[in-house]
Amino acid sequence: MNFGFTEEQTLLREQARRFLDDEASMSVVRELMHSDQGFSTAQWQQLANLGWLGLIIDPDHGGVGLNWVDLIVVLEEMGRSLYPSPFISTTLAASVLGDLGSDEQKKDWLPRMATGQQIATLALFDRHGDPIADNITLAAEEADGLILNGTKQFVADAGSADLFITACRSGDSLKLALIPRTAEGVSVTATATMDRTKRTGLLELSNVHVAADDVINLNNDDLSRIVDKGVVAITAEMVGAGEQVLEITTGYARERIQFGHPIGKYQGVKHALADIYVDVESFKSLVYYAAWTIDHSPEELSRSASLAKAYASDAFAEIGINGVQLHGAIGFTEEYDIQLYLKRSKWARPIFGDSDHHYERVARMAGL
Amino acid sequence: MDFEYTEEEETFRKEVQGFLDENLPPSDQRGKGFMSNWLTKVREKRWVGFSWPPEVGGGGGNLMQQVILKEEMSKRRAPPLGTCMMGLAWVGPAIIQYGTEEQKQRFIPDILDSKYHWCTGYSEPNVGSDLAALQCKAVRDGDHYVINGTKIWTTLAPIASWISMLVRTDNFGDADAKHEGITALLVKLEDPGIEIRPIENMAGDKVFAQIFFDNVKVPVENRLGDEGKGWAVTISSLASERSSIGEVTSMYSKLETLKSLIKTTEYNGKPASENPEVRRTVARFEAKIEAMRLNGLRYLTRQIKGEPLSSETSVNKLHRASLEVEMSDFALEVLGPAGLQLREQGGSVDNGKWANDALDWPSVVIGGGTPNIQKNIVGERILGLPKD
Repeated sequence: MNFGFTEEQTLLREQARRFLDDEASMSVVRELMHSDQGFSTAQWQQLANLGWLGLIIDPDHGGVGLNWVDLIVVLEEMGRSLYPSPFISTTLAASVLGDLGSDEQKKDWLPRMATGQQIATLALFDRHGDPIADNITLAAEEADGLILNGTKQFVADAGSADLFITACRSGDSLKLALIPRTAEGVSVTATATMDRTKRTGLLELSNVHVAADDVINLNNDDLSRIVDKGVVAITAEMVGAGEQVLEITTGYARERIQFGHPIGKYQGVKHALADIYVDVESFKSLVYYAAWTIDHSPEELSRSASLAKAYASDAFAEIGINGVQLHGAIGFTEEYDIQLYLKRSKWARPIFGDSDHHYERVARMAGL
Repeated sequence: MDFEYTEEEETFRKEVQGFLDENLPPSDQRGKGFMSNWLTKVREKRWVGFSWPPEVGGGGGNLMQQVILKEEMSKRRAPPLGTCMMGLAWVGPAIIQYGTEEQKQRFIPDILDSKYHWCTGYSEPNVGSDLAALQCKAVRDGDHYVINGTKIWTTLAPIASWISMLVRTDNFGDADAKHEGITALLVKLEDPGIEIRPIENMAGDKVFAQIFFDNVKVPVENRLGDEGKGWAVTISSLASERSSIGEVTSMYSKLETLKSLIKTTEYNGKPASENPEVRRTVARFEAKIEAMRLNGLRYLTRQIKGEPLSSETSVNKLHRASLEVEMSDFALEVLGPAGLQLREQGGSVDNGKWANDALDWPSVVIGGGTPNIQKNIVGERILGLPKD
């Protein structure tokens, strides 16, 4: 029994910390946030060189072949720094190809994703609601492959993606279509969200023809697993970000003097910070376990991922608000970093399902 | 990360399971004579004081074995390993760590055999969370101390024979040096000058009491640890398992009971379990309990690796406290008027269990330090915020 990280994982964390401290200080993050592209292509190459872009891609396809417990170590640190990049999108796409793709598809895409030449993303759901099959409504026409007409909204990192793994349905069966950005009939409009470190966009498909070789059949279990991996990735970032809120706010509470004492001396402030600690510790444990189940106990993944995201969605939303509120007026300024974490908390809450969705899923799994 | 158990650990688990198969019938089939037989058997097995060193008669179980034993016992809703609860949980470990050879020989075997009850005397009428400000005083007079003062909220005092208590022997009225000058004494409750007045709690039980000490003479050999160094005795921690895994298992059983309760309780003619808010609440309890389980495993891993734990156990204490309150309250909310019926009344659900739970949570929530104190501990010891 060992619910901790290995020495290699600790080294990986140190490496991630070093890279982010050196290359992605908050002033760099702010520059990238306000750039058109939203991330640094030069640094993307560095991520590839560090092996992170191929972290969970198997060695036969140019990756490092590590597992999700290794991955969340990096994600936690990226969350701490609010590091903006299409890392999660590409990693999830690589994971989908690795799990479900044909040999040909893997050979086509994975090595170039590992080297940073290709960025990929998932375009799954078509309407607001639970991240489940019912909400994949884009209808495909079968014709020696698929013909797609329609629009996918809120596609993560659409502006930078070279490949869109696009969910659709033909009759009752779900499919994933591999659509290169360069395919005829594809048009992309990049948009920024309230959290400018997380980019999104609109994918418009007009008579896009997808060859049969570029289609993957998808069943409900596959879809759950994709969503659950998304949950783990997002929640791992929330752990790092939540800890950073605590770090920044605790530091402020130790230094800010009011009524003759540091405000952290007062229980109104102290207890609010203790609550943040308790919550971050708790959803951290939940997501570590969920990450472990991906590779070691897949039958437990749905429950553990839902427990983690449900807990984290509510708790981190409150942490974001309290971080700003405990700072008083300065927390509300653009110049001060704490507000960026509040924005991240708003972004993270609905992605891959909010707490209502995940708690209901837990209730159903419990036979209620 | 690895959630497997080693072969030795699995062997130990099988041994525990085998023993429980043989000696522990299901809860509803534990007839007369079961309890005394159980206590004899677990004592023979050296599971009483399982974490204590063998030389004092303990089981010498390592951390993982303690976890496994607790886990298997909670799964089957096994009764406690002894009736001397305070002795086993607090007084015994303190005597083992701070006591003289003579004290160990005199008290430890009786605690292991649950010969009589112990209680612990900390709180006083004006001293609660700020325990170090205690005033009950003892003055040295030759080969004994003379105690004058009072202790209150002393759990089990109405039935206990001995009390392990803190008194002030120095620094009277010196608030800055309040942690010094506290001494721990072991006192026989039958001694002259002691009066015990039981206090009825809101559940109708008389489990705690106020104790008055009027010129009570206690021999010096009953002092635990050095004079003036009693504060250390309260914060002593014998290397025992603190992952709260046994508690988590019983929280999970409680959750299961709640789940059946909402399925069988109807509201507007429909099972309460169909109500989205009810479903969400129960799932939220599950997330907290699972977080407790995993926090416990994370902290246990650190203990096994030999890293000292700071006050991380406060995290699970806080979860436990809020769950105890919320879960018992939620059950009453679901049950409506039927949940309010007391145990001996007609129409009561589960013999008034839920009504009782809703009134009994303070024993868990307030007993080992209130949630507010736990939050101070987290804020000050873990987050490094200035002391109040």
